[in-house]
Amino acid sequence: MTASSDAPTLPRKQAGLLLDEPLIFERSRRGRRGFAVPGGDVDPSAFLPAQLLRDPIDGFPEVSEPEVLRHFLRLSQWNLGTATTFYPLGSCTMKYNPVANEAVARLPGFAGLHPLVPDDDAQGALELIWELERMLAEISGMDAVSLQPAAGAQGELTGMKMIRAYHVDRGRARRKVLIPASAHGTNPASAALCGYSTVQVEGNRIGLIEAAAVRRAMDDDVAALMITNPNTLGLFEREIVQVAEAVHERGGLVYLDGANLNALMGVAKPAHMGADVMQINLHKTFSTPHGGGGPGSGPVAVRDVLVPYLPAPRLVRDGERLRWSEDVPQSIGRVRSFHGNFGMLVRAYAYVLALGGDGLTQATRMAVLSANYIRRRLEEAYQLAFPGTCMHECVFSDKGFEAAGVKTLDIAKRLLDHGFYAPTIYFPLVVSGAIMIEPTETESKETLDQFIDAMLSIAREARETPDVVRNAPTQTPIGRLDEARAARRPVLRWRGSVGE
Amino acid sequence: MRYLPHTDEDVRAMLAAVGVADVGDLFSDVPNDLRGRATVGLPPGLSEQEVRARLEQLAARNRTAAQRCFLGAGIYPHFVPAVVDQVLQRAEFYSAYTPYQPEVSQGTLQAIFEFQTLAAMLLEMDVANASMYDGASAAAEAVLMALRIRPKRSHVILSRALHPQYRDVIRTYATVAGGEAAHGIELVEAPVSGDGRTDPEWLAGAMNDETAAVVVGYPNFFGVVEDLEAIGALAHARGALLVTATTEAIALGLLKPPGAFGADIAVAEGQSLGVPMSYGGPGVGLFATRSDFVRMMPGRLVGEAADGAGRRGYVLTLATREQHIRREKATSNICTNHGLIALAVTVYLSTVGKAGLRELAIANTAAAHRVAERLVRTGKWQRLFSAPFFNEFVLRGVNAEAAWKTANGRGVLAGLPLRRWYPEFSDALLLCVTEMHDSAAAEALVGELSE
Repeated sequence: MTASSDAPTLPRKQAGLLLDEPLIFERSRRGRRGFAVPGGDVDPSAFLPAQLLRDPIDGFPEVSEPEVLRHFLRLSQWNLGTATTFYPLGSCTMKYNPVANEAVARLPGFAGLHPLVPDDDAQGALELIWELERMLAEISGMDAVSLQPAAGAQGELTGMKMIRAYHVDRGRARRKVLIPASAHGTNPASAALCGYSTVQVEGNRIGLIEAAAVRRAMDDDVAALMITNPNTLGLFEREIVQVAEAVHERGGLVYLDGANLNALMGVAKPAHMGADVMQINLHKTFSTPHGGGGPGSGPVAVRDVLVPYLPAPRLVRDGERLRWSEDVPQSIGRVRSFHGNFGMLVRAYAYVLALGGDGLTQATRMAVLSANYIRRRLEEAYQLAFPGTCMHECVFSDKGFEAAGVKTLDIAKRLLDHGFYAPTIYFPLVVSGAIMIEPTETESKETLDQFIDAMLSIAREARETPDVVRNAPTQTPIGRLDEARAARRPVLRWRGSVGE
Repeated sequence: MRYLPHTDEDVRAMLAAVGVADVGDLFSDVPNDLRGRATVGLPPGLSEQEVRARLEQLAARNRTAAQRCFLGAGIYPHFVPAVVDQVLQRAEFYSAYTPYQPEVSQGTLQAIFEFQTLAAMLLEMDVANASMYDGASAAAEAVLMALRIRPKRSHVILSRALHPQYRDVIRTYATVAGGEAAHGIELVEAPVSGDGRTDPEWLAGAMNDETAAVVVGYPNFFGVVEDLEAIGALAHARGALLVTATTEAIALGLLKPPGAFGADIAVAEGQSLGVPMSYGGPGVGLFATRSDFVRMMPGRLVGEAADGAGRRGYVLTLATREQHIRREKATSNICTNHGLIALAVTVYLSTVGKAGLRELAIANTAAAHRVAERLVRTGKWQRLFSAPFFNEFVLRGVNAEAAWKTANGRGVLAGLPLRRWYPEFSDALLLCVTEMHDSAAAEALVGELSE
């Protein structure tokens, strides 16, 4: 399966700004090096028995430092990011990642701090954690926060573990978790990881969850409802307070997926909606970089009844001094080593300081205005999944393009030719051929207009010259890749030989 | 606000296009009772200069003299070549997200493919994934995966010499508070023998047909090199899987890798490979296994593909294992990986390279052994464990914790008093010496602990 590739390895075209770049292993030449270790040559068998030792790793890179730099700079140029272009990936909140935050996270006092120094030697870090916990509690209205979870999905897992612990303490774990059909896949996966079976709740004809439907689905065996608000259709769950009441009436708890918190700051607090626990994705609402897929950070915020179950250790204050306390007898335990993704916490803290309460509220308002601007200007060319005002994102479908044989995937690929990243596609699953657009608040009206023009031009092309859309992209370093074949015969690593 | 581009004129034009009079009108679906109580009670925003000053003030209250800090225990001080951060600061990398559109994400995808190759080579395993959050959660996912591979078994043995936080995270993933097993899993702790390794005789007695996996640190928490040959043979004889967890990945530049002993799943924390300590995170989990188990793996995978013109490229692949497709039947709930930190590891290992990694591992071994020998020669300290070690070791001495306190008062952090996590080992310090500790630093440590 991992045998050497049988896929063709024709060189990429190298012309002008389009530069070819092989794998780092293919740049290796025997004997080349990019690093020098201080100190002289030592024979390791003076310290360790020879039978414990390995030879130098066959195939490991042998390249000089300038080649390393060139290799990775060229790779960087094959990526789009929010820094280079509009990245309307719905549900991911691809806002600007302030460079000032990159700088402060690298301050030696943070970056060079070992996690096991005595608490007295980390008071600055602890103060930052203490304050960020309270900032997030203020924004969400919740009673306490743990910053330990490493990502949104780990925050969900943490929250569901806490819900289970809560029920166990009250006699039994219960067996079911209610989840709307429109939920992120992580919701059912996190619930399942906690031993729960999931029961799907359908939305109504305008895409919303009704309290009556939840009340019908509730029984004494339901541990929790996991609900996203605004939901993944970009719609505010208008009955959220009644929905939460329906869950609480039968002794269940409400898990609020905080993925869409960017639509809520200064507008509605999850605690007031009836949430008992939520995760907050710092890489979405609080501007920490997505990093090509992590590291994120997924703090959990809870209402008072769940405070005893928060992950250990907890930060406590003795007068002026902060310290970690392992004395958390009802805690679900630890979900990650040490203290969470601290480097991400520094960035999020700097972001909250920079915006302040008013700035965060304004961010939400502008994010929602931008989404509605796109919705309004595209709704005649593309069919909205559900009509009406949206929150921070809007969801269209590819309905109406069937005759032309153009699908959502084609529209997404054609957008790449226009120099934009594509929206989230085929999610949420409740919308066939979904096109989910989230502009965020950091894009200017000119950029939104350019994007809208591109979408309108693609809609025209789909009717007049559909092949142009179906054959896209043509302006990228490579064309569409054969994903089916890649999955059928997976090649998951390089296995070649090093050049002489 | 400097991150928001909207002028008053923009807002007016956008509102007119939408057909509402005021931004507030867009929130009419939000009940008034919620809106009325939603004010964010935080101070006004600050300028970049003010934010910077506040952060510098906090950073200054942390003590970070790496040269005088002999702490390891899961996070290690190592030198990071400047080229690593130069690449990491490329916004094309850090401001991208999961490469759902491969045509405009080949940078991220190719780098992850290289990372998967490097991780697999380092651990000498067939295949590695695109990374996990950290070593501890990777170990927990490895345990859950082992139970998927051996679905009829429910018994998992964790070495007591496995990093205590890794054991904690495994316990959290596998059970819920109160010790109730969420998946009917039974976790059993294997004791440590006098030489610092997982007790093979105990293992031989405890293993049975219910045992799904044995999890050991390599090197273990005491810096000791486990006898993977023996443990692997014991596990495999009973049909159990060998799972190894490495906290100090530099060791794998010199020590025989887990794959050489038939490890079925090998995980590691990648922080040592080009990532700042950053108070313990973010790091990155390396996760590797044998090719027969690849469809049971958690996490993202990048594979090679070709486009219509036959040009080579890379895509996310085997996604039918993952939560966005399989939902509650997925192999894990993990959504992203630690892509940017995996990139740091890739740049680091490319720079340090084949010869450099081995030399660096040797330099660590030599530095640690020299300091250990000197301290033992003072007559005040003895090695608690006799088995071979890499760059961490445990010393026992009379009033060890008092000596630790005195040294700390003078700016030398003499490792970790072991009693914090191992009450059975009092008066013992876990010390770590790396290439960061020059002879003056070693001198300072020896001086402090010789008094």
